[in-house]
Amino acid sequence: MENLFDLFVRNVFLENMIFAYFLGMCSYLAVSKTVKTATGLGIAVLFVLTITVPVNYLIDNYLLKKGALHWLGESFANVDLGYLSFLLFIAVIAAMVQLIEMVVEKFFPALYNALGIFLPLIAVNCAILGGSLFMQEREYGSVVEATVYGLGAGTGWALAIMVLAAIREKTRYSQIPAPLKGLGIAFIMTGLLAIAFMGFMGIKL
Amino acid sequence: MASRYLKLLTKPLNDENPITVQVLGICSALAVTVQLKPAIVMALSVTIVTGFSNLIIASIRNTIPPRIRIIVQLVVIATLVILVDQVLKAYMYDVSKKLSVFVGLIITNCILMGRLEAFAMANKPWDSFIDGIGNGIGYGMILIILGFFRELLGSGTLFGYRVIPESLYAAGYINNGLMILPPMALITVGVIIWIQRSINRKLIEK
Repeated sequence: MENLFDLFVRNVFLENMIFAYFLGMCSYLAVSKTVKTATGLGIAVLFVLTITVPVNYLIDNYLLKKGALHWLGESFANVDLGYLSFLLFIAVIAAMVQLIEMVVEKFFPALYNALGIFLPLIAVNCAILGGSLFMQEREYGSVVEATVYGLGAGTGWALAIMVLAAIREKTRYSQIPAPLKGLGIAFIMTGLLAIAFMGFMGIKL
Repeated sequence: MASRYLKLLTKPLNDENPITVQVLGICSALAVTVQLKPAIVMALSVTIVTGFSNLIIASIRNTIPPRIRIIVQLVVIATLVILVDQVLKAYMYDVSKKLSVFVGLIITNCILMGRLEAFAMANKPWDSFIDGIGNGIGYGMILIILGFFRELLGSGTLFGYRVIPESLYAAGYINNGLMILPPMALITVGVIIWIQRSINRKLIEK
């Protein structure tokens, strides 16, 4: 239990998707103009990450890894389908996003309207595929750990985009040199935020 | 004819640069530029994948049903990325290790989807190929600038060779360790945008 909490906090703050790995940067910078849309996208990413990471974990461990097909019989014990992981992961993500879109539309129409176009676009958000690839690289021990990792990474991403959106709303009327306006200053602010987040480094939980 | 191709090729270098103007493909651009060598390998890989995915999608664009086009595009991109990944693993294993998940993440590099949606779905294969290569070069250019300054100021080396002379260190010069860390990559891009927009003033946002 303590271990899982540790994993969660580590992925929200220490190994934050945005500030430590730059994943999902494109939508992070493009959608952070207002707090409202930023919150919508943040929640959508959190949602999708929490679902796709454990699903891909199961696929990786029971289909793709070397020896993963052991449950099919002895003759499959040495099959290694690892090179197919990109293809399968992205297919799972695209399918999951589509599925989640349909479920949300049917049962939570209010949330569906709030998220709008961002839901389908998540399929190509690098944070999602990045989550699955990091999960594969770090070799988590169980589905529970993978789920907590997905949850933590998603929470970190959502927090990061809300913070930047709030700052950008505040700086709208600031006097920024013309060539830096908009994108330029957003980059620099993200950089400064990332330096602040580095303060979490070295914390032992 | 030739000037049209030249325009397709040079537009993404400045006016429509994928990173500084279209805001596409930032994620990978920042993470692989600590040193010059992985930056160049990444730039090449992305250029190859954008060029060929544009070519393939543009050649089959009339037969793709619009409703499943995203899946089709992703499959084409993923196949090309697997090829690149396997080649890198076979011939440049150390660089491939350094790039880690970012080769796989070329799949979700927004430059690819962005160019496929915006250009390849509506243009002839050859034009699309040129557009893809142009955007790859525009992306690679920023990567190489970033890699150059981050490696030079951060570790005092280029391609792993020491370029800042020992006498300078003896005189008290210290490498700026902050340049190697992720946050400085963002700030460096911010500064590149600043410089580019000061020169090319029509890009300034209102």
